[in-house]
Amino acid sequence: MNIFVKLMICVSVVLSLINISYANNLDDILSALQKAKFSEKEDLLSQIADIKSNRSLIILQHIESGNLYYTKNEKITVYAEKIDKNYKITDILTGNNLGQVKKNKIKRISLNNKLRKHVRVLIAKASLVSEDKNIRINAAKTIFESSSFELLPLIDRSLVNEKNKSVIKELYKTQARLYLLSGDKLLINKSLEYLVKTTDPGVISVVNQFVEKNKNENNFKLEVSKAIELINKINSNIKFYKLLENLFFGLSLGSVLFIAAVGLAITFGVMGVINMAHGEMIMIGAYTTYVTQLIFPSFIEYSLFIALPFSFLIAGFMGVLIERLIIRHLYGRPLETLLATFGISLFLQQLVRSIFSPINMPVSTPQWMSGMIEIHPALSLSFGRLYILAFSIMIFIFLLVLLKKSHFGIEVRAVMQNRSMARSMGIKTNWVDSLTFGLGSGIAGIAGVALSQITNVGPNLGQSYIIDCFMVVVFGGVGNLWGTLSGAFILGIGNKFLEPYSGAVLAKIITLIFLILFIQKRPKGMFALKGRAAEINQ
Amino acid sequence: MKNLKIIIFAMITYMFSILSASANTIKVGVLHSLSGTMAISETTLKDTVLMMVEEQNKKGGLLGKKLEAVVVDPASDWPLFAEKTRELIEVHNVDVIFGCWTSVSRKSVLPVIEELNGLLFYPVQYEGEESSKNVFYTGAAPNQQAIPAVNYFMEELGVERWVLAGTDYVYPRTTNKILKEYLISKGVAEEDIMVNYTPFGHSDWQTIVADIKAFGSAGKKTGVISTINGDANVPFYKELGNVGIDATDIPVVAFSVGEEELAGLDTGPLVGHLAAWNYFMSADSEYNESFISAWHEFTGDSKRVTNDPMEATVIGFNMWAKAVEIAGTTVVDEVRPSMYGLTVPNLTGGTAVMNTNHHLTKPVLIGEILDDGQFEIVYETPAGVIGDAWTDFLPESSNLVADWTSPISCGNYNIKTGKCSGQNY
Repeated sequence: MNIFVKLMICVSVVLSLINISYANNLDDILSALQKAKFSEKEDLLSQIADIKSNRSLIILQHIESGNLYYTKNEKITVYAEKIDKNYKITDILTGNNLGQVKKNKIKRISLNNKLRKHVRVLIAKASLVSEDKNIRINAAKTIFESSSFELLPLIDRSLVNEKNKSVIKELYKTQARLYLLSGDKLLINKSLEYLVKTTDPGVISVVNQFVEKNKNENNFKLEVSKAIELINKINSNIKFYKLLENLFFGLSLGSVLFIAAVGLAITFGVMGVINMAHGEMIMIGAYTTYVTQLIFPSFIEYSLFIALPFSFLIAGFMGVLIERLIIRHLYGRPLETLLATFGISLFLQQLVRSIFSPINMPVSTPQWMSGMIEIHPALSLSFGRLYILAFSIMIFIFLLVLLKKSHFGIEVRAVMQNRSMARSMGIKTNWVDSLTFGLGSGIAGIAGVALSQITNVGPNLGQSYIIDCFMVVVFGGVGNLWGTLSGAFILGIGNKFLEPYSGAVLAKIITLIFLILFIQKRPKGMFALKGRAAEINQ
Repeated sequence: MKNLKIIIFAMITYMFSILSASANTIKVGVLHSLSGTMAISETTLKDTVLMMVEEQNKKGGLLGKKLEAVVVDPASDWPLFAEKTRELIEVHNVDVIFGCWTSVSRKSVLPVIEELNGLLFYPVQYEGEESSKNVFYTGAAPNQQAIPAVNYFMEELGVERWVLAGTDYVYPRTTNKILKEYLISKGVAEEDIMVNYTPFGHSDWQTIVADIKAFGSAGKKTGVISTINGDANVPFYKELGNVGIDATDIPVVAFSVGEEELAGLDTGPLVGHLAAWNYFMSADSEYNESFISAWHEFTGDSKRVTNDPMEATVIGFNMWAKAVEIAGTTVVDEVRPSMYGLTVPNLTGGTAVMNTNHHLTKPVLIGEILDDGQFEIVYETPAGVIGDAWTDFLPESSNLVADWTSPISCGNYNIKTGKCSGQNY
């Protein structure tokens, strides 16, 4: 009994001693790290990783994410978390809460690109044994990209213990990649044989690296030619996916064009008003999103949904206001309308500059809109673009139903086809005009919510889209939603297939020339209104 | 009749009072766009000049006179810059002008400022290839920004394959021409350089970013040198983040992205991408700290950032004030010679020197983007770099030098032929 107790005490003393020495050791390294130059940090970081404890892993993770600081006065290394304007700091070694301090009391333990990569490999090394299979996969991927040959035994060992299939796949790939660096003919051949079975374009880069390094060595002639063959094979395999990717780029550009232009198609098509202030309606929608995020900082995830109705109402209200005050008096005088709306657009821009300052405003992207979905290693689609594509289709269907099925829609179409006839049938064309202008502007406001996710929210937002909007509307045919939809997608896809060959500047010019020629042939666009009605309207 | 006399008398005294008032102040012209596309960048510089004027007045002004700022708005309209310059000098009689941002606006001002023998301080990094008698360039020349950044990529990051991406106008085109010659002179093969231009305000970067990704998978370390201007940067960086191009794979160094541009951006996915400037807000010096708090106080906004063109404005203003004190007058022809060799402190610590080619000697910093929109300075040139008006890497300008002191007194003196082209700039 007595002996057992003594033994227990002994063991615990030894354990605590070990603990203390770890802590001391870490303490020394960390205080050295505070003063170190970038060139000295790599070694210190490796030393932290060599102390195999949970705490050192946590420290490395905090350094990687840029949350490890030290206090300027006491030189204590702390983990800092931003709360409002201050930072809540915790002693990284003892876990003691040290309260909140101002930013200028602490200084970050900083990394540069090279060190960040180094730390990521160190973390990956430690997390190959993690419980979570996703962490293990990511660790294997990090090592794949790191070209650290010395980690090969570690990968070999993990392969022996690993049970999960997808992790094993990743580990094999990493192993093959490290074999390439070995300089051993047998291993290189083994690696190439394995890699030839993958269709992952990520492999191209590492195989190219191998070719680049060994192309002048007679020793590896056979292997190099094998590797080049492998690259060609993967390249031809992924050709189809590249085509799909390009198509998706085109669709997504088309959807953006459609969202931006459809409001204009309504006002321009139905009322024949050349509304130069259309872009500023989009801008108002985007600023509404910004203000929504400002008012509800804790609902960033849902901010877009909150902003949608508001931006529709605010932009729509602005539209009705502009129509009632100005455009109403200028019907039938397209040149004056053009100048007046251009003036309004300048006015609105400067108004935004005075209210919000001329600087671009930050609009955060909700978590669910960022990231990508991987369909194939060679084809990943970004969520944001997918949602905008879906959103544009939804707007299209909504407008189609509204114009075809609702009472208001029937009135709008009647006014569009024959204004005087509609009026004699008892339709208040005045009000239909106002509401249509409001609808077009409101849709532009909604477009602003979508565009706030992919471009700057600033006073110039509208200007950069207005030309594209007119192109889409003119190309698609005035007054036809189907025309706007197909016009937007044809221009989007056409642009994206031209761009790789001609460059972005020339692609834009070619699109414009094509449009000019097309208008010569079909002055009313793709989907022109037919019949007597169209002629009367002219 | 008597009434008329009184009125005339009143008018005369009024005019005298105006004249005497204007004689008692030194007028400082501010020529920055407050509306239009460039307002986003230039408004800040207008505020900076106003703050400097206010601070100088607190110190008692210059030569015993108060300073008075005259602000005009050229509205991002290039020809209007020339007209407003004329208005500032002929109507308002300003003694010095701080202004312009884009190169095209400066080019439009040049003939007027030279005709009227005015004095312009230009505070933005630019493509070089110019030295006017009447302009002092306090921003960076290509050898004070682009070349050191390329060297950093080559030596520290081991970049071997280069993407030169820019907006399609004079600054990126000239800079990329210089960089391409420089890279080839360093032994980079032609097929390892990809040059790409995009229109102003380009917003759909999917294809180009995919191209860069493909270009980067050739087995050599790849880096992007970005001269993309203004608003187009935000969608470009958003797309980089979308497709997951990390700074450790393909780093991007930008010459037109500073604290102000990042303020409109969620910088999380951009951490580690770089920028090259002569100043970063995060620079650790006492002068910088006091400048930032003065700026916050002046604007009444504790979140306003500071940036490199602001520092260039500050250096320019301080130098001009010092030169005026040395010359004892604000007459341009006497202030100009006393500028040469003047030193004033940089915000980053150290000093800036004005050379006889009207460009500054100052240090070059390279910073990595942090998640709070600030930069971590990862490299600083050991000594100041002398601004070079004419680059050494283009055959047509390698023989040209600018020196505005006698015996040369010329902005583009050809050392081979020993002739000055006669052109003023």
